[in-house]
Amino acid sequence: MHEIALRAECLQKRFGGLAAVRDVSIDVHVGEIHAVIGPNGAGKSTLINLLSGELFANAGEILLGATNITAFAPDRRARAGLGRAYQKTTIFPKFSVHENVRLAAQARSSAPLRMFGGVQSDTECHRRAADAIGNAGLSGRSQVIADRLSHGEQRQLEIAMVLATDPRIILLDEPLAGMGQSEAREIIALIASLKIGRAVLIVEHDMDAVFELADRLTVMQDGGVIATGLPQEVRTHPAVRAAYLGNYGDVA
Amino acid sequence: MFEMNATRLRVWLFTLACLIAAIALPFLAPTYYVQFFAKALIMGMLAMALNLVVGHGGLVSLCHAAFFGLAGYVLALLSPRYDAASLLTTFPLAVLSSAAAGLVIGALALRTRGIYFIMVTLAFGEMLFFFFHDTKVAGGSDGIFINVRPEIAVAGRQLLDLDKPITFYFFVLACLVGVVALLTMVVRSPFGHALAAARDNERRARSLGFPIFRIRLIAFALSGGLAGVAGYLAAAQFGFVAPQMLGWHQSATVLVMVLIGGLRSVTGPLVGALVLIGLEEVLKAHLDNWKLAEGLIIIGIVVMLPNGIRQIWPMIFGSSPEVPVDAGRAEAEHAVAEARHA
Ligand SMILES: Nc1ncnc2c1ncn2[C@@H]1O[C@H](COP(=O)(O)OP(=O)(O)OP(=O)(O)O)[C@@H](O)[C@H]1O
Ligand SMILES: [Mg+2]
Repeated sequence: MHEIALRAECLQKRFGGLAAVRDVSIDVHVGEIHAVIGPNGAGKSTLINLLSGELFANAGEILLGATNITAFAPDRRARAGLGRAYQKTTIFPKFSVHENVRLAAQARSSAPLRMFGGVQSDTECHRRAADAIGNAGLSGRSQVIADRLSHGEQRQLEIAMVLATDPRIILLDEPLAGMGQSEAREIIALIASLKIGRAVLIVEHDMDAVFELADRLTVMQDGGVIATGLPQEVRTHPAVRAAYLGNYGDVA
Repeated sequence: MFEMNATRLRVWLFTLACLIAAIALPFLAPTYYVQFFAKALIMGMLAMALNLVVGHGGLVSLCHAAFFGLAGYVLALLSPRYDAASLLTTFPLAVLSSAAAGLVIGALALRTRGIYFIMVTLAFGEMLFFFFHDTKVAGGSDGIFINVRPEIAVAGRQLLDLDKPITFYFFVLACLVGVVALLTMVVRSPFGHALAAARDNERRARSLGFPIFRIRLIAFALSGGLAGVAGYLAAAQFGFVAPQMLGWHQSATVLVMVLIGGLRSVTGPLVGALVLIGLEEVLKAHLDNWKLAEGLIIIGIVVMLPNGIRQIWPMIFGSSPEVPVDAGRAEAEHAVAEARHA
């Protein structure tokens, strides 16, 4: 059993009359990839937004390691070691790849808001940025302006930015969305490498990728969790077959 | 690499040439032009201060004239009637008052975004305007005179006297160099990069761990303080302050200077101020209805220049991904984003 990096208990989120997330409890362990799957509108992105702090839960608790972060704003959660990528690519489109990632490294440096001395002088930041760019497979592209990158490269960039903040847990919302076969292969390999020394929570619709990557699986439907456990257990769970995986019969 | 250095060298040489010309000016030109140029440089300072929040922070403020005017009023209220005020105490006090006003107004206005931010800053600016206009604190709508300009005196000996036009001019020039140096340093620092990051993608900057509100508030207060530097100098130059100094007209004029000069550089707005004030001077001398001509020319410049309007548009009407602070709208926007994706 690995150390728990992130634990959420009985999270609830209502949008007016709609319970987008209800009574969701989830553990994410260091060294593991925990995949969350479920049909459109199941509440997966809402769950990620609750965990990252972009939405506040109506009820429930979130612990990052031993710290209760339920009341933390998103930036404070990030500084506490939580990194995330969005379902829709969210980068600084007018800055170079290097500047994008350097900013991420700066956010976690010892003096992120220093007002004197140029950014060049923080060599530690530059080194961390260069490492993250290399690990995300973008070496050689660091001077390119981000909005000139291909869609796949932008997703890599987003992961590089997350890496540069040196998080303990990474939340990925559909990292493979809109990606071609060969691009997807690269990202899958990259995601598989993220769990070393970290916890990863991934939401993904691509079942092949999910079963390839996941160490643990949670299935959501209509805001609730209908099954959670090891992938082979969940795969054969009757409620899951009925509700969801039936659509993916040949995969499951 | 070599090319980089060559451009850099050119920039440095150009800056040096401008500085030498500015230093030589009072020895070559008649006093009228020296005073006129000093006035233009002061407005340039105000425009550069404003651009820290507009160009680098993506926050279109319409209350910077209030910071400008407030510092002027502080000088006026601290000046003895028949004596020179001490520069060393009134200058920092005036600048700090403007920065403090920036801190308070920023703390409230920065909870809104886009067009709402503009309206809230406008409202606060007008509040300060009417405070000086409608109360007897400082002469009401008639304004108040500063009979003797500030000085630095040690043990009765006068070291610096702003009453002398040439001294005043060089003091303005020194302040200008200081403001440019400070803004350049801030814009290039990690803080400045974080400010620009929040402008380009607030949601991403926040989820990386940047405290957006604090960053913007610091920038807003700093910008207010620098507007105060300009306001102090303007009040000292005219020897008079009136509520018009704080009005939205003034704020809008400075915004036009920023648009003309471009949003992305530190000194662009200074150029914008020189162009606008120079244009006004020329038109005034040659045309009866010069305001009409000026308006048309400004519209022409702002529309034709690639920098101005196109960059300010998304700040007002929001095309970049932004997360409003209040939860209701945040969620609504989130829903839209998700719906678009699906
Ligand atoms: N800000 C919001 N306001 C109102 N309703 C919302 C909001 N965000 C999400 N919802 C609703 O909550 C439910 C869950 O949405 P969510 O985006 O979490 O689903 P999802 O599992 O991520 O779906 P997908 O696979 O399509 O990304 C949906 O019915 C959605 O319409
Ligand atoms: Mg989703």
